[in-house]
Amino acid sequence: MTELIRSSYPVETADYASAGSASADIKRKLKQLGITGDVLRRVSVASYEVELNLVIHSLGGELTLSVFPEYVQLVSADRGPGIPDLSLAMREGWSTANDEARSLGFGAGMGLPNMKRNADDFDIQSEVGVGTTITMKFKLA
Amino acid sequence: MTIQDMVRVLNARVLIGEEKLDMPVYTACCSDLMSDVLAFVDEKTVLITGLTNPHVVRTSEMLDLKCLVFVRGKVPSEEILDSAEEQGLVVITTKATAFTACGLLYAEGLRGVPVPLEWDMEGKK
Ligand SMILES: Nc1ncnc2c1ncn2[C@@H]1O[C@H](COP(=O)(O)OP(=O)(O)OP(=O)(O)O)[C@@H](O)[C@H]1O
Ligand SMILES: [Mg+2]
Repeated sequence: MTELIRSSYPVETADYASAGSASADIKRKLKQLGITGDVLRRVSVASYEVELNLVIHSLGGELTLSVFPEYVQLVSADRGPGIPDLSLAMREGWSTANDEARSLGFGAGMGLPNMKRNADDFDIQSEVGVGTTITMKFKLA
Repeated sequence: MTIQDMVRVLNARVLIGEEKLDMPVYTACCSDLMSDVLAFVDEKTVLITGLTNPHVVRTSEMLDLKCLVFVRGKVPSEEILDSAEEQGLVVITTKATAFTACGLLYAEGLRGVPVPLEWDMEGKK
């Protein structure tokens, strides 16, 4: 299928100051493509959640936006540390966030369930010592 | 009510968006936990908070919120206000605490955002 846009954003670990800038740019790009309303909001929220997780929990990684005629795709891929128990991580309220993340208003263990709720398609793969990859799709129209 | 009415009820000071005070507001939410705001809020609403870090504005941007109310007289940094202005947010600050601010607005008819709860009062799903 024809890819209309593809943009990748490196996201550094513990970079709290610029966390969210990739998601802000993604939102801008989607708006320029004429994507609005409910889909735009769902992609924006999921993108911000997954970007924050890269900053708070990962050793660094990359967030990639692709837009196809029928759907928007977000892929987050990081270099570790990986998630030992995925079913625990997906549970609302379970969090290993540090004090810094908590002081900024995060670390309630809501992010992954919220991504799953907002995406039309959600896939998470993780291996300890290797990394975590999350793929989300959002249908257009 | 309008944002102007909120300013009156809360005896608030307008920091950003003086020209947009006639915007109507129908609902509000109050939280210092951005995780919760991101998870539960899905309509253009007002956020009442005591947190003044840049993520409050980023969270508002992602959700398309229209007004931020800082309580206990808090004023965020210039930098944060600038990014709020760029997004077209209205930002006001009140000396009231979060509890009092919510009570005053509720008494005037403002209501909370509807939150879908998956469990009943006994805690059963
Ligand atoms: N990219 C990642 N790498 C390693 N661990 C992760 C990653 N993403 C999530 N986790 C783990 O999964 C847990 C749950 O993530 P989730 O996003 O649901 O909650 P949180 O980030 O802790 O808090 P919130 O998202 O509410 O601010 C995290 O606390 C962390 O232990
Ligand atoms: Mg998270």
